[in-house]
Parts: sequence; structure tokens; C-alpha cells
Amino acid sequence: MPEHAPELDDLVSQDYAAGFVTDIAADTLPPGLDEQVVRAISAKKEEPEWMTEWRLDAFRRWQAMRPPRWAHVSFPDIDFQAISYFSAPKGDRPKSLDEVDPELLRTYEKLGIPLHERAKLAGVDESEQAVPEVAVDAVFDSVSVATTFKDKLREAGVVFCSMSEAIAEHPDLVRRYLGSVVPKPDNFYSALNSAVFSDGSFVYIPKHTRCPMELSTYFRINAENTGQFERTLIIADEGSYVSYLEGCTAPMRDDNQLHAAVVELVALDDAEIKYSTVQNWYPGDEQGRGGIYNFVTKRGACLGARSKISWTQVETGSAITWKYPSVMLRGADSVGEFYSVALTRNRQQADTGTKMVHIGPRTKSTIVSKGISAGHSRNSYRGLVRMNPAAAGARNYTQCDSLLIGDTCGANTFPYIESKLPAAVVEHEATTSKVSDEQLFLCQQRGIDPEKAVAMIVNGFCKDVFRTLPMEFAVEAAKLLEVSLEGAVG
Amino acid sequence: MSLLEVRDLHVNVDDKPILKGLDLTVEAGEVHAVMGPNGSGKSTLANVLAGRPGYDIDVGSITLDDEDLTAATPDERAHRGLFLAFQYPIEIPGVSNMEFLKAAVDAHAVHTGLSEPSAVDFIKRARATAEQLHLSADFLKRGVNEGFSGGEKKRNEILQMLLLEPRLAVLDETDSGLDIDALQVVAEGINAFRAGDNAIVLVTHYQRLLNYVVPDHVHVLIDGRIARSGDHTLAHTLEDEGYGWLDG
Repeated sequence: MPEHAPELDDLVSQDYAAGFVTDIAADTLPPGLDEQVVRAISAKKEEPEWMTEWRLDAFRRWQAMRPPRWAHVSFPDIDFQAISYFSAPKGDRPKSLDEVDPELLRTYEKLGIPLHERAKLAGVDESEQAVPEVAVDAVFDSVSVATTFKDKLREAGVVFCSMSEAIAEHPDLVRRYLGSVVPKPDNFYSALNSAVFSDGSFVYIPKHTRCPMELSTYFRINAENTGQFERTLIIADEGSYVSYLEGCTAPMRDDNQLHAAVVELVALDDAEIKYSTVQNWYPGDEQGRGGIYNFVTKRGACLGARSKISWTQVETGSAITWKYPSVMLRGADSVGEFYSVALTRNRQQADTGTKMVHIGPRTKSTIVSKGISAGHSRNSYRGLVRMNPAAAGARNYTQCDSLLIGDTCGANTFPYIESKLPAAVVEHEATTSKVSDEQLFLCQQRGIDPEKAVAMIVNGFCKDVFRTLPMEFAVEAAKLLEVSLEGAVG
Repeated sequence: MSLLEVRDLHVNVDDKPILKGLDLTVEAGEVHAVMGPNGSGKSTLANVLAGRPGYDIDVGSITLDDEDLTAATPDERAHRGLFLAFQYPIEIPGVSNMEFLKAAVDAHAVHTGLSEPSAVDFIKRARATAEQLHLSADFLKRGVNEGFSGGEKKRNEILQMLLLEPRLAVLDETDSGLDIDALQVVAEGINAFRAGDNAIVLVTHYQRLLNYVVPDHVHVLIDGRIARSGDHTLAHTLEDEGYGWLDG
């Protein structure tokens, strides 16, 4: 009998290329969390009193809360006293790129994120065509180690810096908007983040300004037993536009690490924010040992009329993903979009989706979710579409597709539609399909090897979402998916 | 050296014997038609030649250009020049026909040590070949077999054959479900492919395709073995008299 077609089931055992550890002296707080730790973090960041109080208030609220249990994922209880809440490379924050520890520069170089100002993202061919510049904020464990192109951005009036700098230099904007979209007690992890958040990025685009380049933040977890709690706030003032990209990786370790970020987006009248994520946190090994717990609250507020917020995410990493990038559609005629590709394999678990809350009249939202499950993974889409009474003429379109690779994985769809408005238009379409042995055989019969074939089939399945990514990120996302599926047919 | 040699082939599907000692020799430049009643093992022969999973070879061998392919994977067989036109072509949503064809042609180029054709050259060639089969340029942009009519699916198989230029093309009931116009287009495609350095095995239920593609040899498969072989006139005899007279 021919040693034919490899079983689709064994779809996955591949090296996680970003799994290395950077050997660097770190200043790390001992594990544990109490008011003293919150004060210590605030003190390390030399924060003003109001910020310290803000954190303490969040901490007190958090103490009264319990972790959410409704997601379709399972994991042992997290011992929040066993985690260290702050770790930073030793020494002062470098003032310029020249002062950044070469070991750190090498780390980002290895990850394909060069921090020199000819920077561009990995995955782009060295072709003759001009590659658009990308400004990068590099966050290593708890601190931002470098932000590129700051001068060029400053000329345009754009503020792009670490959250720590923003607290010091733009306190009015921070006080006005921090926690305005995701309130401290919104959920257990947002409260925790509000108490202990370390660095993240802060962006302000002034009125009628089109940000002259893509902005990106690259999050890297390096230290052991340390959680990463970054905080990102993006404010697009009237008539402005920004496209922001986020990437993440972590070393391979046998224990789980917690990443509980909060991202808040604010779009004023006629502003547009396009937020793209390629999430490649360490997913754990084949047996499900190790990996990141990615418990993230991302939410945008379309405050202004005709404003638009668009989330695109490509999720291939993390042991567990719990993430619902959402849009509060307050402004009249505002638009919310959510495009997602979530790939799970081995023992990964993902419960991800979005919330579109229609508050203003004639608000519109679009949801396109593509879940791909392989191995013994579990992949759930959970989405809420709410039409409030004032949202006359609101519309939503939801499309949720699941693709199964093999017989041992699972996919679920949990759509919630709450309409207080009989005239609102809510459309929902859902499909589940399988990469079939027939499709694989067709490709093989045409000479295409099984791994390429699966990558091609999966790519075809994700096409609607990849189309929405910025060009250079789309290339990276397609490659990442290919790498993640390597060895998938085994 | 024959192009294809199948020796004493015994094949089980779901542990049930389907082919029970089949021999077939195909020389370069020849067209062989394999006919037979339902359940005689025609499609099994086509699929086992291509190495389809689930078709287990119990005894026997398959040799292509002196190379034993009995244990080769489907993609290895494809690289050696074996092509199967599917009876029921399957859809691959979201993957454009053009992208799929390019991937297939590139894979063959890699394995024959040639360089991959440039995108421009490939698109030109694909368009011209599509036109030959009366398929619009737009057809190449659609997802593989996605929403294709029965006739379009079959013509798409012939398109792939013409672009991949295999050494041996096995066509599994490519004529089924075609109206007379589509049948002629498909037959023209097959005749255009036919050459001195390749060979074709036509698996068919009906004689009508053989009016357009005249075979050098006709074989009648009954109960897993070749019961009778002859020239193209055998097909006419079968058309007139059915298979009954071959029993026993």
C-alpha cells in the first residue's frame, strides 16, 4: 500500500522561531501583589500622585472581583501571588537608539524588527519598490526600550511614545481618556491591568492629520514568571487617520505566563483608526505545556460622528486566547469593523470575537471571523451585536466561518444578538467546513506537497481578512500561518 | 521499456477486493480506453494509479518509465508525470484557479530541476490554454471549481492536464455529465495533448467519447480483471451488444 497521504490529524509540530531567550540583566520585582507592589511599580516609573491613586483604586476594585469563567476554555486557577508584576532590563531608559543595549537590538533584529530608522517589518521582500516606513515602539517585558521615527512624527504633530512618557508629558490627554473606554472595573483582567500596567504605546493624532507612516508596537515577553500588562491608548482627533500595527512573541517555557493587556481607542468626528494585530505569543508545546495566557481587553469608542474603527487580528499564538476587540458606536453614522483569523493547533484554546454596540443612529458594523482549528485545539467565536433604542437605521453584518483540520479539534460559534430596535438590520451567516482528504489529494495529485497544500487551502479560507491588513503585514501574516502549519500534515 | 506497466494488481477498498490481478501495458504515443460495467473496478484502477489514500495494494506493481511507483506518495507520482483527471473535481474555496495552477506548475518545475515560469509568462500561457477550451479569462480568477458547472469542472481538469504536460494522463470518466458541445471541446483538448512522447488511459462508461478520441487499444474490465482487449472496434461491439457476452 502506498505510504500515502499523511494523516491530516497530525497537523502540527513545528519550531517556534521566536522562542529564544535574551540573556540580559533585569530588574525584577519579587512575585506577589499587594498595595506595596502597586506603589513600587508607580514609583519605578516616577509617576505623579494622581496616577498612583488611579492604580490603587483599580487594585482595590480588583481585589473584590473574581476571574471570569464563562469562556469556552479550561485551565487551572492562576496563582496571582506567584507572578512577578514588573521586570525591566537594568539601567536607565536609553535616550536614543545609540544607547540601547546591543543585546536588545540583536533580539529585535532576530525577530525581524530592526530598530534602526531604516526600519521596516519582516516579511517584506527586498524588492525595488519603495517600502513604506514604519515607526516602532519596542516593549520588552515591562518597559518600552525604544521608539523610532519620533522626530519625523513630531513634525507632523503626531505623538507616538511609551505610556510612561505620555503620563509625564501629556498628562491632560492621559487623564481625560485613560480608562474612558475600558473602565477600571470593566472586568477582572482590566482591573488587574489598571493596577499594575507597565508600558505600552500612546498615540495622539492631531486634528485633520493623516499619520505620515504606519505606527507599530512590538511586544516581547522575555523574563520568566513575569506577567506582561501593557496599556495602549490611541486617540485620533477630528478628521485624522492612523494605521497601527501590533506584534507579539515570547520565549518557549514550560510554565504558563500571563499577558493581560488593555487597549483603548478613541475616534472623534470623522477620524479613522485601523488597528491590526499579528499575535504570535508562544503557544505551548504539543502536549500543551507552557505558553502564554492572553487575556486581553481591547475596545474602541467611535465618539465622533462618521468616525470609524477597524480591528484586524491574526491570532496564531498563545496557549489560551480570551480576547474580544470591540467597538462602541456612539457617534452618528460611525462604523465599526472586526476582521479576525484565529488559528489554533495542538492543545491551544481560543475564545475570541467582538462586541459591536450600536448606540448612535445609522451606525454600521461588519464582523468577519475565520477560525481554523487543528490538532486537539478548541476554537470559539463569541460575538455580541447590540442595537440600542437610539440606534435608528443601524446595521450589522456578521460572517463566521470555521475550518477544521483533522478530527480531534473543535469549533464553536456563540453569537449574541440583542436588539432593542425592531427596525435594525442584523445579518448573521455561519459556516463550518473541513480541509478534506479529497482537497488534499487533489493538490498532491497536482504535485503540490501536503504542507503547501494545507497552507494554500487555509490561506484561501482567510482571504477576506488578509485583504484588510496593511500590505506588509498581510505578507507577514500569510507567512506566519504557513510556518504555523508546517508539519501540520505529518 | 514501456511507459506504464501494471503487473498482477490486487487492490482492496475497505477490505473488499476490487481489482483481482490486473495487467496493463501502455507504450508511449498510445491511447488506451478502459471500459466495463458499473462496479467492475474502472475508477479503482484510475485512483490506485494516482495513489489515492484508501486504495490498498495487496499484491502487484505499478511501474512508470521503469520506476516502481507502487509505494510512492501521490505527489511523487505527480512529479514523475502521472496525472489524474478527476471524475468529481472538488472545490477549494478562496484559492483562485490561477494561484492553484501556478502552484502546481511551480511544484513540477522544482522537481524537474527547471526554473519556475515567471508570473507573466504563466498567465499568458494559462489564458491561451483556457481560451482553447472555450473558458473565459475570468474563469481563472474564480476559486478552484467553486460554483463551476459540471462541464466547467471537467474542462478545468483538461486545462490542468494541458498546463502540466504529464507523461501519463489517466482520465476518469471525464466524459460523464457533458453535453455534446462540451464533449467535443474536451475531446479537442485531449487530442491536442496526444503526442508521441506521452500516453493516455481513458476510463469511460460510454463509447461516445471514443468517437472523438479514437483509442489504439480498448480493454474491457470485468470483476477486477481485464476480460478482453482489442482495437477501437471493440468499443463499437460493446455499444451494440453490451457486456453480457463477455461474462463467464
